[in-house]
Amino acid sequence: MTDAATTMNGNTGGGLTTRNSGEAVRKSLKRRYAAEKRFQMYGILAIFFAICMLGLLFTTIIGKAVPAFTQTMINLEVTLYPQDIDPDGTRDPQVLSRANYRTIIRQAFFDLFPDVTSRRDKRQLFEMISPGAVFEIRDQVLKNPDLIGERVTIQMPLSDDIDQLNKGQIDRNLPEAERRVKDKQIAWFERLENRGLVETVFNTTFFTAGDSREPELAGIRGAAMGSLFTMLVTLLVSFPLAVSAAIYLEEFAPVNKWTQTIEVNINNLAAVPSIVFGLLGLAVFINFFGMPRSAPVVGGLVLALMTLPTIIIAARSALKSVPPSIREAAYGLGASPLQVITHHVLPLAMPGILTGTIIGMAQALGETAPLLMIGMVAFIVDIPQGPLDPSTVLPVQIYIWADSPERAFVERTSAAICVLLAFLVFMNVSAVFLRKRFERKW
Amino acid sequence: MNQSISQDTTGATPVTQSDAAPGIKIKADKVKVFYGEKQALFDVDLDINENEVTSLIGPSGCGKSTFLRSLNRMNDTIDICRVEGSIALDGEDIYDKNVDVVHLRARVGMVFQKPNPFPKSIFDNVAYGPRIHGLVDNKSDLDQIVQTSLEKAGLWNEVKDRLDQPGTGLSGGQQQRLCIARAVAVSPEVILMDEPCSALDPIATAKIEELIDELRSNFTIVIVTHSMQQAARVSQKTAFFHLGYLVEVDETEKMFTNPTDERTQGYITGRFG
Ligand SMILES: Nc1ncnc2c1ncn2[C@@H]1O[C@H](COP(=O)(O)OP(=O)(O)OP(=O)(O)O)[C@@H](O)[C@H]1O
Ligand SMILES: [Mg+2]
Repeated sequence: MTDAATTMNGNTGGGLTTRNSGEAVRKSLKRRYAAEKRFQMYGILAIFFAICMLGLLFTTIIGKAVPAFTQTMINLEVTLYPQDIDPDGTRDPQVLSRANYRTIIRQAFFDLFPDVTSRRDKRQLFEMISPGAVFEIRDQVLKNPDLIGERVTIQMPLSDDIDQLNKGQIDRNLPEAERRVKDKQIAWFERLENRGLVETVFNTTFFTAGDSREPELAGIRGAAMGSLFTMLVTLLVSFPLAVSAAIYLEEFAPVNKWTQTIEVNINNLAAVPSIVFGLLGLAVFINFFGMPRSAPVVGGLVLALMTLPTIIIAARSALKSVPPSIREAAYGLGASPLQVITHHVLPLAMPGILTGTIIGMAQALGETAPLLMIGMVAFIVDIPQGPLDPSTVLPVQIYIWADSPERAFVERTSAAICVLLAFLVFMNVSAVFLRKRFERKW
Repeated sequence: MNQSISQDTTGATPVTQSDAAPGIKIKADKVKVFYGEKQALFDVDLDINENEVTSLIGPSGCGKSTFLRSLNRMNDTIDICRVEGSIALDGEDIYDKNVDVVHLRARVGMVFQKPNPFPKSIFDNVAYGPRIHGLVDNKSDLDQIVQTSLEKAGLWNEVKDRLDQPGTGLSGGQQQRLCIARAVAVSPEVILMDEPCSALDPIATAKIEELIDELRSNFTIVIVTHSMQQAARVSQKTAFFHLGYLVEVDETEKMFTNPTDERTQGYITGRFG
């Protein structure tokens, strides 16, 4: 044994001084282990780097988003004079909802500052209250018409600039001309604070309202529902289509020029820039089929087209990786081709198919460009009730808010990103859950 | 062994078999199999007797698996594969247009070289065939079939307490017996086995050989094997294939003691293969 090794080394080992193969192996072993260690180090470094970047991303976004989850409110005591709200005493909801609550608020608010008399000051003073304040009173009155004639304290939002001032986002040391909040307004706000009328509360509006020009009245609900409907349409259209296409191509289709062409085209389709799908949707679904603009159906269809190749490719490779011995076993027992697929191949391929689907859906969820082409970038206040209602989606909402000049939209942009990330996490978690279920069953 | 000699003598090989004897289950007549352009089997004539074990032997690549797979049309799953000639099961050509492959495979079951249980529970593995063919309509009948099949495969005592555990968690030998039980559960008339013991240790092999001998009373069995001893132990009839030709077929006893063809002799005595 040792002899043979020595002679071998003697014959081939030219410049080497090693006499013993054991020695050589030990030396090379050291090198091999070192290489392995180094490789592991690179891996750990790469992961560490990725985690750092992710951490940085999350801390900045969440840090910026946190203020958006609170809103500065004023507890204003108002007198609900019947002659302002319901002069005829009908208690008709129509009348109650159209009443002039603005005057009531003006009156109550100016009563707090008897020293403010000039028209200009009064206008600046009233600007401190959000235009949405009237809805707070209206909702209260509609809910309980017995309040008419009473004196009640109602909590209503202050304007976005005052909100920003309260959150310390506005630098009071800047010269007045460069600030959106005037010196007088700061003084009035401090007086309100001193009287204990100002309160910072959880910003429910952000989660219940649609978009608005006023940041303090703007919410993510509309875009979130739009995204939800769009994703539903995308999933319902692309998943069955893609899985059937993959099964046909993988299990039934003969290998010929035709199917090869189709395969090449599917692979190419996966690489087409997403905006092209938007143009296609505009031309086909809206102009040709006359579907509504800005609607989640159209958005969902466009994104489904975009997601199809991703899922098909993933599903085909998942189907391909099912061991042939399983198919043979089932065929050998007399299962029909469809039974072989539905009973054995598909369940085994399901985890892989789901992974592909989630990747495709996550892509679709973050997609903006094709949706701009079909009008989902519109300013929509109402919350969509179904996939046919005009709406926007989360990434487009983020884009719109990021583009708005108001300081208060900055934090709302970050908050919207958080909601988008939450959507993504939810989707991924449900995919992991489904995958686990399939794996456990088999 | 010389290539040219083998080609020359094939036509003249005296194939000793009793024509149209009672109890012929499968009759192969001039079977040729092609993979694309390449011909893998040349004019194979072979009768397989009912309730007997027939073993197919021969060097690697000679077409044993190809012949076996043409008996239940498993070759249909290979796109480029084409079969000519006729194979009759109980006098009916199985390659006839009117024959339903699904029905055929329920009558002619198969056990593969590598154990291939479904990634399901032991129970579901055995119950799969009866379920898809609708052989039972209530749970207790199904339980009964599963139990008798596992008993026939000699596995019942080892697994009766864990029928709900995955079949893939068994040992190799147990998996192979599970596959046999799975094939038996459909109550086929013929069971084809392609080197069922090649992945098993001697003890598991002995168990399966014992099993094959017991199964013979109810089923007709065709087995491909690379082990002469195995062929001698389990089979009543042996067929020797070489380069796509059926060289010789005879009673196993005679085959191993007094083969007619010198190629058979060479293979059996281990001079080539
Ligand atoms: N799917 C296939 N496609 C093309 N040729 C094949 C295919 N299967 C088998 N063949 C060819 O057919 C011939 C016979 O193969 P077969 O598998 O029947 O041999 P075998 O006798 O079973 O060999 P082994 O003992 O090694 O299993 C071989 O030459 C092989 O290359
Ligand atoms: Mg073989």
